[in-house]
Amino acid sequence: MSGINYSKKVMEHFLHPRNMGEIKNPDGIGKVGNPICGDVMWIYIKVSKNKQGKEIISDIKFQTFGCAAAIATSSMITELAKGKTLEDAMKISHRDVSNALGKLPPIKEHCSNLAIDALRAAIEDYKKRKG
Amino acid sequence: MKRIYLDHAATTPVAKEVMEAMLPFFNERFGNASSLHHFGREAREALEDSRKTILKKLNGKNHTLVFTSGGTESNNLAIKGVAFANRNKGKHIITTKIEHDCVLNTCKWLESMGFEITYLPVDKYGFVNPEDVESSIRDDTILVSVIHANNEIGTIEPISEIGKICEEKDVYFHTDACQSFTKVPINLKKQHIDLLTINSHKIYGPKGIGALILGENVDIEPIAHGGGHEFGLRSGTENVAGAVGFAKATEIIKDKDIEHMKSLRDMLIKGALEIEETWLNGHPTERLCNNANITFRYIEGESLLLHLDLKGIAVSTGSACSSKSLEPSHVLMAIGLRPEDAHGSIRFSLGKDNTKDEIKYTLEVLKESVEILRKISPFKPRR
Repeated sequence: MSGINYSKKVMEHFLHPRNMGEIKNPDGIGKVGNPICGDVMWIYIKVSKNKQGKEIISDIKFQTFGCAAAIATSSMITELAKGKTLEDAMKISHRDVSNALGKLPPIKEHCSNLAIDALRAAIEDYKKRKG
Repeated sequence: MKRIYLDHAATTPVAKEVMEAMLPFFNERFGNASSLHHFGREAREALEDSRKTILKKLNGKNHTLVFTSGGTESNNLAIKGVAFANRNKGKHIITTKIEHDCVLNTCKWLESMGFEITYLPVDKYGFVNPEDVESSIRDDTILVSVIHANNEIGTIEPISEIGKICEEKDVYFHTDACQSFTKVPINLKKQHIDLLTINSHKIYGPKGIGALILGENVDIEPIAHGGGHEFGLRSGTENVAGAVGFAKATEIIKDKDIEHMKSLRDMLIKGALEIEETWLNGHPTERLCNNANITFRYIEGESLLLHLDLKGIAVSTGSACSSKSLEPSHVLMAIGLRPEDAHGSIRFSLGKDNTKDEIKYTLEVLKESVEILRKISPFKPRR
C-alpha cells in the first residue's frame, strides 16, 4: 500500500463533482486516456463569443472513468476553463489544476496532465469542426 | 461513525485470547530462546510448544517448521532456498500467473540469476490445470509453486492433484497457504506438500510472524545467515511472543465461523449481483469462505473503495499490495478480464465477527455508490 492521501479539496471535488455529465450537441469533444491505466476522460464544450467578439467556453461538462484524482481533476479543469477565452483555456497548465486542488499525491500527478489533454483535445476538436 | 471491516484478506485484528497468550512473553518470560539459563529455557519451551501445536494442525509428523517474519519471507525462503540448494540438479521452476507478488517477484529475480521460470495460465475461474503442471515438468525442474487459495479472487486450487504429480515426478511442491490456513483443511502428507507457507496475521494472530514448513527430505539454502537459529535455516533471535500468538491463532477460526462467513459471503454476492452489469470473479463454490470479488462495470475500483470508506465500509481493490500500482490486477487479467473491467473490481473479505446487518448496510451503500459513480462515467450500461 502506497498510502495515498488525498487533500480535502480533492475529496470534495471527487464527492461533489462540478459540471458533471454530457452536453447534447457539443461544439467540441475531447476524449483521452487509456482503460489499461484505469483513466478515461471525456470533456464536452460549447463555444460562443463574448462582448469583445472573442470565442469563449460558455459551457463545459465532463465524464470520467477513473480514480478519485481523475474525477477531481476533471471537475477542477471544468471550473478553471468555464468562461475563459479559448486562448486562455489553452494556457491552463497541469500545475494550475494540481495547485487548485491543493496538490495531488505524486503517483496521481499524471491525472492533471490527462485533464489538460482532455480540455485541449476538446478545443482542437472544436477548431477542426469549424474548419 | 460505525465502521465495517470487510478486508480480512489484508489483515485481521488480533483475537483477545491470542493477545492474552502473548502478553507474558513481552516482559515476564522475555528470555532469549537460545540462552541456556532458566529464562532462555522458559522461552525455548514456549517456542517449541508453539511449533508443535502448529505442526499438529497440519498433520506434520516428520516435518520441520521454520518460524519467519511472515508470508513474504516464507515464500522467499521456500523458492530461493530450493533454487540455490538444488541448482546443480536444474534451474527450472514452475509457478502460475496468479501468485502473490512475493512469489512472482522472487521468481522474476531468480530469472535474473539465470533460472528459468514457467508461469502457468489459469482458466476463467482461476484454476490451474494439473495437466499443465505435468506437461511443464522437465528433467531440470526443481520446484513447482502453486498458491493454495488465491488472495484476490479466492479460488481454491487443486493442490492435492498437483502435489501428487510432483511426488510422482520427484519435484518439490510448494504452496502458499496464507489465505487458506485454518479456513480450508490442509494435510501435508495427504496433499503431498513439500513446502508450505503460512502466516499469522490473516488468522487473528499478530503481524510479523509466519512459518515455512518443510518435508523430511527437502533441501533448502537459508537466506539469512547468522547464529544458526531455526535449524540453521533462518538466523535471528526467535520471536517467541509472536510464535505463541501464532500457535494460539490456529485455534481461533472454528467450523461454525466458516459456515457463518460462507453464509454472509453468499448473501453479499447475491445482493451485489442484483446491481446490473456486475459479476463474480473466481469460482462460485470452490472459493474461500470469506472472499467475494466482484466487478462493477463502468466504474473504477478506487473510486468505489473511497465512496464506501466514507460510509464506514473498508474493502479493497484486488489486493492491498497492488494499490500503488496503476496496472490492472495481474490475477484478474489472468482470468481474462478486460483492463477496464479489472480496474472496476472490488474484493470484499469477511471475518468471523461480521454480521448480517453489516452486510445489509454494505449492500445498500454499494448500490447508491455504484449509481453515483456510473453517472460520472462515460461508459454506461446499454439499455
